[in-house]
Amino acid sequence: MTTLEMPVATETLTLGKAINAGLRQALADDDKVMLLGEDIGTLGGVYRITDGLQRDFGARRVLDTPLAEAGILGTAVGLAYRGYRPVCEIQFDGFIYPAFDQIVAQVAKLHYRTQGAVRMPITVRVPFGGGIGAAEHHSESPEAYFTHTSGLRVVAVSNPQDAYTMVRQAIASDDPVLFFEPKRRYHVKGEVVLGGSLSDATPMGSARVVRPGTDVTLVVHGALVQTAVDAARAAEADGTSIEVIDLRSLSPIDYDPIVASVRKTGRLVVAHEAPGQGGIGAEICASITERCFGALRHSPVRVTGHDIPYPPSKLEKHHLPDLDRILDGVDRVLDRPNSLSGGPLA
Amino acid sequence: MTMHDTFLLPLTDAVQLITPEGRRVASPAFDPWVADVTDAELLQMYDDMVIVRRIDAEATALQRQGQLGLWPPLLGQEAAQIASARALATHDFVFTSYREHGVGYVRGVTPAQVTPVWRGVAASGWNPYDVGMAAPQVIIGAQTLHAVGYALGIQNDGADAVAVAYFGDGATSEGDVNEAMVFAASFDAPVVFFCQNNQWAISEPVSLQARRAIAERAPGFGIPSLRVDGNDVLAVTAATRIALDRARSGGGPTFIEAVTYRMGPHTTADDPTRYRLDGELAEWRAKDPIARLETLLTDAGALDDDHRTAVKAKADAAAAELRAACIALRDPEPMSMFDNVYAEPNSMIDREREASRRYLAMFEGVEA
Repeated sequence: MTTLEMPVATETLTLGKAINAGLRQALADDDKVMLLGEDIGTLGGVYRITDGLQRDFGARRVLDTPLAEAGILGTAVGLAYRGYRPVCEIQFDGFIYPAFDQIVAQVAKLHYRTQGAVRMPITVRVPFGGGIGAAEHHSESPEAYFTHTSGLRVVAVSNPQDAYTMVRQAIASDDPVLFFEPKRRYHVKGEVVLGGSLSDATPMGSARVVRPGTDVTLVVHGALVQTAVDAARAAEADGTSIEVIDLRSLSPIDYDPIVASVRKTGRLVVAHEAPGQGGIGAEICASITERCFGALRHSPVRVTGHDIPYPPSKLEKHHLPDLDRILDGVDRVLDRPNSLSGGPLA
Repeated sequence: MTMHDTFLLPLTDAVQLITPEGRRVASPAFDPWVADVTDAELLQMYDDMVIVRRIDAEATALQRQGQLGLWPPLLGQEAAQIASARALATHDFVFTSYREHGVGYVRGVTPAQVTPVWRGVAASGWNPYDVGMAAPQVIIGAQTLHAVGYALGIQNDGADAVAVAYFGDGATSEGDVNEAMVFAASFDAPVVFFCQNNQWAISEPVSLQARRAIAERAPGFGIPSLRVDGNDVLAVTAATRIALDRARSGGGPTFIEAVTYRMGPHTTADDPTRYRLDGELAEWRAKDPIARLETLLTDAGALDDDHRTAVKAKADAAAAELRAACIALRDPEPMSMFDNVYAEPNSMIDREREASRRYLAMFEGVEA
C-alpha cells in the first residue's frame, strides 16, 4: 500500500477518537480499504469508533452488515480474494466466537493454503476486556485463542498514539491482524501525532518499555498497561523499581526487550485480564525461562484473571488484576510477604 | 411407491430438457436459454464429461494403489459440474468444495495440478487467479460466504463478473450458507448459489438436512430459486445462464439446486454399502448424465464411433498425464513447511525455522 504524504499535526484525542482518526486516514490512503460491521454506519458503532466515517466515505465503503459475525468475516475473506483490505468490527469481545471458524480456519490459513498466491490483509477490530460493569459476554479477553493460531497477527493497544498508528499499520499489513482495543480506556486522552508515513513509525510488532526500572520486569498489554504504570509509581514510593513493558504485539511476541529487562532485573511478572491457563502469561513465562533461566532470581509469576467464566459485574473487581494484585505478584518475585506466604498484611 | 417417495426427496419437479432415455423434451421457460446451444457445444460437454470421469477413475485408482492419501470422487455429478462451469465467463470466479474436479477441469486446472494436495506434497495445486477458481474448501459451506464477499467486491468495482459458490446438500444445514444467503440478498450481490444435491452427505440422506426440497429454502431469503435435473447438461446450462444473466444485470443472487447423485463413495475412505439403499445405485445409473447425452447426440447424428474412439483416447491420455505427474511428485523439502505462513517477515516463524534447520543439520552425513 502506498501511503500519501500527510501533513503532520498534533492533537489531544481520546483513544477511541484516535482509532477513528486512524481509520479515517486508512480509508483516505487506499480506496481498497472497506469497513464492515454491525451498527458501524449510521450509528457510528456502539462505541462510536466509526463515527462519521460512513457519512464521509459512503455506505459501500463503511458497510452496515447483517447481524452475523461469521458472515462478516466470511465476506471479508471474499473481499480480500478480490483485492480489498477489509476492516471488520466485532461489536464486543464475547461476540467473536461465531466467527471463529472463518478466522482460524480461513483467514489465518489462506495465504499458506494458496502458497502465497492469495493474501488476507484483513483487520479484525475487537473491543476487549472488563472493568465497565457490563452484561455477560461484554467483558472478555479472548486474545489467547488467536495467538494460538499461526497465520494471524495479534496486537493490543494501550494509548491514543498507538491506537492511531497501529490501526493504520494493521490495515496496511498484508497479513491478517486481530486488533484488540481496551474498551475501558476508550475515553483516556493523550497527545496524538496525526499523519506521517508509516515507514517512520515504530513497527507494530515491537514491544515498548513504558517505564524503566531495575528490580522487577512487569509485562502487560491493553488496559493493564496503565494499571501497571500506576503500580510501578506506587512501588517506587516504597523503594521498589519496576520496569513496565507494554507488549503491543501478542503474536509474534517481541522478546528482545523482555529478555534484556529480565537480564537486568532477574524477576518477571506478567499480568493480563484473561484467565491464566494456556494464556499469554504462561507463554511468556515459559519462553523467558527457556531463554534466560540463568538470569532469573525467582520463578516468573503470573497475575491473571481467574480460570472461571467472566463473573457477574459486581464481582469483576475480584477477578481483574488491579494495582494491589499486581503488587502482590511483585512481592512474590521479591520474596517479600505476600498472599501465598500467608498472614495478614503488615 | 418408489423409495424416493418415502426416503429421498422427489425428482419430479426438477426441470428436465433431456430425459434419462436421451430424448429432448420441451420446456417453454427454459428452452429460450439454450436455443443457441449447438451440437458442437453439446459434443464439447460430452467430451468434458467423459474426460473428467476418466480422470476421476484414475485418481481413485491412484488412491487404491497408495499414491494418493485420499480422493473424493465426482462420479455421477459430471453434468452438473461441466454444464454449469461451461456457462461461465473467464472473468467469473468460482468458490468450490473439494469435489468439483469437473469445474476445475473446465476452468483450466490441469490434471497435473489436481494431485499434489491429495498426495499431501503441497498446500495447493494452482494459483486461484490463473483460473478464476479459489482453493477448494474442506470446511463445509464456508466458501459460500467467500463467494458473496467476492461478489460485493465485484459490485464495488462496477465489474460485470459473477461469483459462483458450489456446495452440496449437506452444506445447506451450515450456518455459513444461511448467512451467505442473507448477505447476498441484502446487498443484491452478483452471486450464484449452485447446490449439487447428490442425495448424501457421507452417510446422511438429504431428508436429514431438508424436509422440503432444498430449492424451496432460498425464496425465504428473498432469493429466486431454480430446481433442475442435475444429470441433464441442457437443464443445468439453462439454469446457470438464467442465474448469470440475473447477476450481470443487477438482479442479484440466484439459487440453483441441481438434483444429482453421488454414484461413488463420499471419499475413498468411505464405504457406501453401509448406508446406501438397495437398488438405489441401479436406479441412478439409469439416469447417468453421460449416457443420456451420448444417446441424444448419436440419434442426432452428431456423435459416431470415430468420435467416441477419439474421446476415449483423449481421456486415457489425460489419465496417463495425471498418473505420471502424480507418481513423479517428490516429497517437499522439510523447511518449506515454514514458507508462506505469513506474507510479511515474522519473528516467530523465523525463530522456529532456524531451530528446525539446526536440528535437521545434526543429521547431515549421518547414515539412516
